[in-house]
Amino acid sequence: MIKSLSARAHELSSTDKQLQVLNGGLFEDGSLPTFEDKVSDLGQYPLKPNAIEIFQVNVGYMCNQVCKHCHVDAGPDRKEIMTRETMQMCLDVIEKTGIHTLDLTGGAPEMNPDFRWFVEGANKRGVKEIIVRSNLTIIRSNPKYYDLPQFFRDNNVRVVSSLPFYNANKTDRQRGDGVFSKSIEALKMLNEVGYGIESSGLILDLVYNPSGAFLPTDQGELERDFKKQLRDNFDIDFNSLFTITNLPISRFLDFLIATENYEEYMEKLVEAFNPAAVQGVMCKNTISIDYLGYMYDCDFNQMLNLRVAPEAGQHISEFDLEKLSQRTIVTSQHCYGCTAGAGSSCQGTVA
Amino acid sequence: MDKTYYNPADLKKFGNISEFEPKLAEKFFDWYGEVFKEGALTPREKSLIALAVAHAEQCPYCIDAYTSSSLEKGATEEQMMEAVHVAAAIKGGAALVHGVQMMNQVKKLSM
Repeated sequence: MIKSLSARAHELSSTDKQLQVLNGGLFEDGSLPTFEDKVSDLGQYPLKPNAIEIFQVNVGYMCNQVCKHCHVDAGPDRKEIMTRETMQMCLDVIEKTGIHTLDLTGGAPEMNPDFRWFVEGANKRGVKEIIVRSNLTIIRSNPKYYDLPQFFRDNNVRVVSSLPFYNANKTDRQRGDGVFSKSIEALKMLNEVGYGIESSGLILDLVYNPSGAFLPTDQGELERDFKKQLRDNFDIDFNSLFTITNLPISRFLDFLIATENYEEYMEKLVEAFNPAAVQGVMCKNTISIDYLGYMYDCDFNQMLNLRVAPEAGQHISEFDLEKLSQRTIVTSQHCYGCTAGAGSSCQGTVA
Repeated sequence: MDKTYYNPADLKKFGNISEFEPKLAEKFFDWYGEVFKEGALTPREKSLIALAVAHAEQCPYCIDAYTSSSLEKGATEEQMMEAVHVAAAIKGGAALVHGVQMMNQVKKLSM
């Protein structure tokens, strides 16, 4: 298993270095317009948020997998973890504001020792929807996680899981040897308790991301392929497939540079810029929170250490809905990933 | 840079052919765009056909472009290689079927 960029003390584990790459080169010499220029041309810069609907909480960077494209640089060697005190602050905000969705991500969020406490607490506070972004293999990684499907069901958690392709070849090359077969086992366990089964009310969505330096395909067409292949070959059902574009940060940025695909990939993203996608970008209705309680416009900005604008208050302990709704969203060239083609967000396409 | 007939950066300049003759270029690119839209064939099927033809034509620009396009249309690696085999089989078959002509000529010339 490879190590995280952080454990390898790789130069791209520095967010300053990543931003230097993203703001330099083609964007510095004027070969490509910056994201700010492009959105300014539409008269939509700076980007301003709509109402906050989603609280996306990153409960820690620890993960049982080390996926090659991971924008979090997650892995077993990452020890950053959210404490119960910080979770408590998140729950207080949820209760006070009535934000309807709690979206839990990581790392593998289930590895946080207070994960279940947090989910149960959110339900008690009356949050309308809880999403867990599960990597699937965590469910099969240790007997202590075998009952996660039942736990999700009992707490009415919506499960959103990464599965980059419907075959082992592409999945394992991106996510690690044996990940596909373990993911299939986990999907069967989720189906068994009712997830992805029509009329059960238990939602199981899958997330596709391209296994390389290319853009995602049409979401609807790929969903039909995934449904047919998973049903015919493995007897597995799920609800929706979300296609997500790989953003050029962290380990995917490292891959792009190491394989000499970076410039072409950025050109591709800029060329595919879709003005209609700008209105639907997820930073408009989401606040991302890191394990220490700092706030960001999205999980990608979190990984670049680009906190929300200072005047909005940057820590969950200073949460002020009014100030946050007035803020200016922080952007850089990675944002082109969310506006390419049909757009991309944690809920799939946006345009 | 070494002098070569093919430069990957030239692919991006394809549109520049309009510089010398805009009207015909416009007609070509309109037609080209129309051809690849969803029709009786899906965009993925069209990409795979284009990939096969790119190999038959041995056009390096087209091979790069339609490898990328096939992946972006959700084609699998197996489908892509089968498409290349289809192109190769037709190329091979097209050469071999001329063996009949050779045989005809042999028979005509021989006692």
